[in-house]
Amino acid sequence: MQRREFLNLLAIASASGAALNSRDLLAATNAQRMYDLPRFGNVHFLHMTDCHAQLKPIYFREPNVNLGFGSAFNKAPHLVGEHLLREFGVRRGSREAHAFTFLDFEAAAKTYGKVGGFAHLATLVKQMKASRPGALLLDGGDTWQGSATALWTNGQDMVDACLALGVDVMTAHWEFTLGAKRVQEIIEKDFKGKVDFIAQNVKTTDFEDLVFKPYTLREMNGVPIAIIGQAFPYTPIANPRYFTPEWSFGIREDDMQKTINEVRSKGAQVVVLLSHNGMDVDLKLASRVRGLDAILGGHTHDGVPGAIPVKNAGGTTLVTNAGSNSKFLGVLDFDVNNGKIADFRYKLLPVFSNLLAADPAMDALITKIRAPFESKLSETLATTDAMLYRRGNFNGTFDQLILDALMETKQTEIAFSPGFRWGTSLRSGQAITREHVMDQTATTYSYTTVSEMSGEMIKTVLEDIADNLFNPDPYYQQGGDMVRVGGLQYAIDPLGAQGRRISDMRLKGQPIDAAKIYKVAGWAPVSEAARDAKTEPVWDVVETWLKSKKRVTARRVNQPKILNTQGNQGIA
Amino acid sequence: MQRRVVIKTGGSLAMIAAAISAGVLPQSAFASWNKNAFDAKNLNDVVKAMGGSTAEKSGDIAITAPDIAENGAVVPIAVASKLANTESIAILVEKNPSSLAAQFDIPGGTEANVGTRVKMGQSSNVHAVVKAGGKYYVATKEVKVTLGGCGG
Repeated sequence: MQRREFLNLLAIASASGAALNSRDLLAATNAQRMYDLPRFGNVHFLHMTDCHAQLKPIYFREPNVNLGFGSAFNKAPHLVGEHLLREFGVRRGSREAHAFTFLDFEAAAKTYGKVGGFAHLATLVKQMKASRPGALLLDGGDTWQGSATALWTNGQDMVDACLALGVDVMTAHWEFTLGAKRVQEIIEKDFKGKVDFIAQNVKTTDFEDLVFKPYTLREMNGVPIAIIGQAFPYTPIANPRYFTPEWSFGIREDDMQKTINEVRSKGAQVVVLLSHNGMDVDLKLASRVRGLDAILGGHTHDGVPGAIPVKNAGGTTLVTNAGSNSKFLGVLDFDVNNGKIADFRYKLLPVFSNLLAADPAMDALITKIRAPFESKLSETLATTDAMLYRRGNFNGTFDQLILDALMETKQTEIAFSPGFRWGTSLRSGQAITREHVMDQTATTYSYTTVSEMSGEMIKTVLEDIADNLFNPDPYYQQGGDMVRVGGLQYAIDPLGAQGRRISDMRLKGQPIDAAKIYKVAGWAPVSEAARDAKTEPVWDVVETWLKSKKRVTARRVNQPKILNTQGNQGIA
Repeated sequence: MQRRVVIKTGGSLAMIAAAISAGVLPQSAFASWNKNAFDAKNLNDVVKAMGGSTAEKSGDIAITAPDIAENGAVVPIAVASKLANTESIAILVEKNPSSLAAQFDIPGGTEANVGTRVKMGQSSNVHAVVKAGGKYYVATKEVKVTLGGCGG
């Protein structure tokens, strides 16, 4: 038996509750191996995405439901648990298995500790930059939103942290929910001469002029390279349009091809797309445009261990997705000889906070950023009996908690909570602090709503969102998860046609009446009318509810009946 | 003078199309108004009202439109035709109460590339019907209109 296998067995034994105090030993040995990534080739990209403003180490449970159909059936990223491990040759019980899957989450989280944190990420970035001269750090966006401090500082905490981390190039999505003015202010003031903010697919609504630089041309170790930016194509649909009323987004495939041709004609020998499309959109885009060597993707929060090669008329494009919550750093190396890519290496490195020492400068910056808010952030509101998490196609325990709080506080029988993919996880027995509640709810439009909706309207809403998730054509998907539903039971057939996926809607066993009016609580409305109503923010509702409970028992998670999942490796 | 001002005063195809749909052009502009075509409810009826019988699918017509509309009230649709002797381009929204949204006559020697904004109440196929060399051709693209929210 090799030492590595023995150590993994120790880890499993420890994870399953055996009394082994092996953490220090594991940390010392596996750390070197995990981050010992020798330089390959001469063109290097470091890729982080969707950190959702998580500056401190956190827990994050990967999904056990991430269904794919059609061309996505049983293919990455629509593989969960054992299926993902098998596809990428990751050993069960290993640290990597914990990073990439939900398997044994509670026990493994206890053994392996927290993930992410900018101070630990900074150490890893420095290590990779030291071994890879000229390497660029690319940020795929969803960086300035997702935490209390990002909301309270209007994104400034993350802007400062990203500058300290050494981000070179970025594109965006949730950044836009700070409003167009604020985004432009950061680009023109803080980022000027330091960070290239790029997007080829954001144009003015009047004359379709580009709002941002579409790409950046650089030279790395003598090789001319180009990075093209792609912001989230459906920002004004998935989020309130009033934040960016004069900007239009979209996938803009034709413009993408023109942009690739342009940078190639300017001599770029390596062309990568820094994308916030979501992985399914990226996979389709890669099959249709020519001349991209890689798409470094985000948005769908898929921690995919490998790069997926996609064939197209121009050759092959590698597609990656680098997870969320500062939990991973993607490292893509190209070996370029005589103007041609000879070979590549890709590794998605998990950021284990207890394996990577905190970078002192970044640690000090984070402490300084948090200082004015620390007592507010750390206040305990309740403790949880059971693990709390959000991620998954249909519901999570933390979403159920929010739904329960909404229904009890607003006295409704039904509640909706948006299918966001950000939001950290808590282990059983952990204190729920104000910071944790903000991790789930901190947006610039988290107003609560109570609406009177007919049964027919409720069905329309569910159908509409189901299509955003399960439309067979990825270009018609938006990349979030299904709206979380409290009170109401339903069945969903992801293979059904648009408008015909939802059936058997019931409330306390009784079929929903299409004509009857129901009271529905919700939050994060996208309309201007809802904004102007200035209702109570959802974090206040959840906080009041938590304080009244003091101890939160295990939630009974309301999951729909999911049809046609036989043989689907995206559910466990 | 800024470009915006020039276009506002000078007009462009897209602006004229918008003006037609808003009903602000003088009556003379409607000299060739094809009432039957604008009253028609589907692709076949529109083609018939325009004087054709059927429209043949063509890969030489490119529709530029969003996959998902950002605002159903003003959905930008552009059509370019590479068909020789393109005489007219019509834009149809299948599920709108009246399908035909705009019809452009393309005088000889003009680049067959037009754009406008249409109103859409629900997800629908959008057809571009091109008359070229006396025959009718069509290309189709789905544009989704959604309630929004819940992304990422």
